[in-house]
Amino acid sequence: MAHQIDLLGKLEAGQSTLLIAPTGAGKTLAGFLPSLVELDARGRRKPGKAGPRSVHTLYISPLKALAVDIARNLEAPVSEMALDVRLETRTGDTPSHKRQRQKINPPDILLTTPEQIALLLSDPTAADLFAGLRTIILDELHALVTSKRGDLLALGLARLRRLAPNLRTIGLSATVANPDELRAYLVEQPDPKLRALAELVEIKGGAQPDVAILHSEDRIPWSGHSARYALTEIYQLIKAHRVTLLFVNTRSQAEAVFQDLWRINDDTLPIALHHGSLDVGQRRKVETAMASSALRAVVATSSLDMGIDWGDIDLVVNIGAPKGASRLAQRIGRANHRMDEPSKAVLVPANRFEVLECQAALTASLHGDQDTPPLRKGALDVLTQHLLGLACSAPLDPDATFDEIRSCQTYRQLTRGQFDRALDFVATGGYALRAYDRYAKLKAGPDGLLRIANPKIAQQYRLNVGTIVEAPMLKVRLIRSKAAGRRAPIGRGGRMLGEIEEWFVEQLNLGDTFIFGGEVVRFEGLRENEAFVSRSKADTPMIPSYMGGKFPLSTYLAASVRHILATKALWPDLPEQVRDWLKLQDQNSRLPEENGLLVETFPRSNKHYLVCYPFEGRLAHQTLGMLLTKRLERLGARPMGFVANDYALAIWGLGDLSLSFQTERISLDELFDEDILGDDLDAWLAGSSLMKRTFRNCAVISGLIERRHPGKEKNGRQVTVSSDLIYDVLRAHEPGHLLLEATWNDAAEGLLDISRLGELLARIKGRITHTPLTRVSPLAVPILLEIGREPIYGEAMDSLLEEAADDLVIEATGQ
Amino acid sequence: MNLLPKHMREFMVVPVCHDIQVNGQTIGLHESGILWWPDESTIIIADLHFEKGSSYATRGQMLPPYDTIATLEKLAGVMDAFDPARVICLGDSFHDKEGSDRLPATYRAMLATLQLNREWIWVTGNHDPLPPVRLCGETVDEVTIGGLTFRHEPSEDPARSAGEICGHLHPAAKVRRYGRAIRRACFVTDGTRLILPAFGALTGGLNVMDDAFSPLFEKRRFSAFLLGDNRLYPFTASRLVSD
Repeated sequence: MAHQIDLLGKLEAGQSTLLIAPTGAGKTLAGFLPSLVELDARGRRKPGKAGPRSVHTLYISPLKALAVDIARNLEAPVSEMALDVRLETRTGDTPSHKRQRQKINPPDILLTTPEQIALLLSDPTAADLFAGLRTIILDELHALVTSKRGDLLALGLARLRRLAPNLRTIGLSATVANPDELRAYLVEQPDPKLRALAELVEIKGGAQPDVAILHSEDRIPWSGHSARYALTEIYQLIKAHRVTLLFVNTRSQAEAVFQDLWRINDDTLPIALHHGSLDVGQRRKVETAMASSALRAVVATSSLDMGIDWGDIDLVVNIGAPKGASRLAQRIGRANHRMDEPSKAVLVPANRFEVLECQAALTASLHGDQDTPPLRKGALDVLTQHLLGLACSAPLDPDATFDEIRSCQTYRQLTRGQFDRALDFVATGGYALRAYDRYAKLKAGPDGLLRIANPKIAQQYRLNVGTIVEAPMLKVRLIRSKAAGRRAPIGRGGRMLGEIEEWFVEQLNLGDTFIFGGEVVRFEGLRENEAFVSRSKADTPMIPSYMGGKFPLSTYLAASVRHILATKALWPDLPEQVRDWLKLQDQNSRLPEENGLLVETFPRSNKHYLVCYPFEGRLAHQTLGMLLTKRLERLGARPMGFVANDYALAIWGLGDLSLSFQTERISLDELFDEDILGDDLDAWLAGSSLMKRTFRNCAVISGLIERRHPGKEKNGRQVTVSSDLIYDVLRAHEPGHLLLEATWNDAAEGLLDISRLGELLARIKGRITHTPLTRVSPLAVPILLEIGREPIYGEAMDSLLEEAADDLVIEATGQ
Repeated sequence: MNLLPKHMREFMVVPVCHDIQVNGQTIGLHESGILWWPDESTIIIADLHFEKGSSYATRGQMLPPYDTIATLEKLAGVMDAFDPARVICLGDSFHDKEGSDRLPATYRAMLATLQLNREWIWVTGNHDPLPPVRLCGETVDEVTIGGLTFRHEPSEDPARSAGEICGHLHPAAKVRRYGRAIRRACFVTDGTRLILPAFGALTGGLNVMDDAFSPLFEKRRFSAFLLGDNRLYPFTASRLVSD
């Protein structure tokens, strides 16, 4: 194909290149072509003569399954063409004797993951192993660079470039919003002022995808995420296609859709379920069945988002909100893994706001617009991990290492001060109180180079490598019910159904029912790290486990939704019910302006409500809700709680907010002023569990807290407790510590989305419209319906305890 | 009062206690996690775990070196508020055998100041089986005063449980409300014996529903007093949940 020749030309000239192509363009194989040509031209080795002790080509993918899959696909052409090329995979599953052998006698082509690269680079043999490295292929680069794994890989690339100065990189990526960032990621940045870029080969998609929004005869719900109203239509779609892939946003949504489909599956079509917390064996079974076309449909979460070819899918159904234009484009691309045929997709909004979001995503899809997030700034906790790895491999020269790290795009803005503090953190914990100098992990020799103090440190590093910190999980085992009044103790054993987050189990009471693995189960008890459940006859679970979309609404789609709302000329594209809903809003209240903020206040059953519509995603809304309630409390407005979704935020309380705003006792402009991100935020962060969770991740990645290991497992709960205590002590005594800085950076982009909240506050400044109402507005109904479904925030922990304790008094005194 | 940062507020101790009876003696539980025995003008503290951070650092895990000062500051607040004639530390006062030797000079001086004009009793614990070095005070394995026995580890022998005041287990309790779980360090007692929460800054907690507590208290026949910001929250065992 033309692009393969184009790419080959660029690579033969030794140029690093970014290849952007839609799925199915054969880009992965294209990436290997130059290497195969070069390895073949090297000529045949004489029998008996040892091969070179260096890897020639590295292939790095975010998924180990993908590395294994590619190796399999590559072996066929290699053996067909009788090339004298050895290729091997190396993942967490590779047996240790094979890993040892790979270090002594490396293959020509090694297919692996970012974590394995970090491990190899920390080994004393790294310099020899990679001295002859010519090519690095980075697959699914757009997905890799969005997380801390991308930071770790960027640092690894910088080291590899130093070990093998002649190497070239090939990035393979889906279409992204800003290709230049990926081009910069791929090459060394020698000049601090000038951004160096890799070459670019871009292949436009063949056929325009055929995307439509499902128009149901039934009423589109005001809120909720189940899309149950459209179930019959979805089932008809499955029947009308060969293989359908149904994407949903969360695990519990997958469970619900799967169960609902089977309830109406009168033709007993083979429909399967695939999500990240199912047992691995079960997932593999589904994947194999999918590849051999034994299934008609699979309900999946993002666990199936990436790369691997699961066979002949002719329809993608996206249930719920797409959340991002690029995310949707990649999901749609899973249908028809061939260039010349259009991918076919149907979007199923689960509620009225999602109709608007789907409409925005549809428009983006037609225009080919992208909203992939901008390139990350390298994380400091990842840097500390990398520095220790470098010191384990060879004596570390601080000056040269600083230059090396600054030469990658991700860490270009790193200051020498930050770098020195990171090194100090690795050596002694980096505390202002120099208490641990004598226990330092890195010691400077007379040559000024830093060496690890003892070999045990390298061992510790190897156990701790990587940037993925699992949430504490519990195994779910199926046992027989105790409900029949038996009081027997829970036995060992029982079939493993999969794993579930600990926080979810924490909110269950014995006997509660919820959906797991496609069936309604009853919670029977907890023992160490296992949750026991039994089959339940109940039709509907008692505990709705939906926690909202995992991914917040992208900034791009949010802006499009605001645009649709504000532009009546676009409304004819919307379903009639949704149009009527918006017209009613226009009559009864008003429509949100595109760049302003609409604030409605109204009384309802003895409480006063404030509802605003920032459209900035639920993470930013949660943070805003937390801050606003604090502020309202201080102003005497007596707020009681709040609830947030992707589009709106509702706060309720006892004080008459309409009156307060109208009499200007409370100024809306001041309430939403940017200074809310100052002291108020700081005060709240002190006790925020979100912040503590973020800190725990940083503490694990940086090695301050040891990771859990199979065998000598430290309970996830124990880790949480001690990291919380460390956080408290550190905040009180050294608030400027490197790890708190890293935690803050994470929180700003992650769970708290502070950066987006900041942009919002700046955007709406002077453009806040207050509309006092006598009753709830049409637009406010969805968010009010979420009360009781979404977790409600705003109560301090101590007041909860107080209430619980007071209940006891009432109970005891019989009042 | 709320103008002070939270960690400063903790040191402003108000000497108001929650009085309970243990083995016929009236003693006061305080939200700082200490026990106040007014009849004997005695304060009892469990599991200080001084120098836990440096203990980890010797093994390559660089926990913040501020745990000792954090614990000392909190302790100083308690001393100011109660001004006791006697202090009993219920063992594990230092995180390891060398802990008292590692104690930095400034902290040693601070501790010595708190000990001035007071009878100070170090009960030994499994972490610190020997008397602390270069520090005042009497070291004992256990001590009985006026019907109460102070030892580190609770005894599983029921005959020895009456009037037993101990630490070691770092009790914590969990309550559920509106789907949210709240877990706090706590006192736990059945009226016969009492176990104190750990006082040290970097000490975690063990849920009182854990098996470790079952030989000590009859099932559902005990109460936990959860430590709050400025009061204690009492709960009977039936209201508590396991982790």
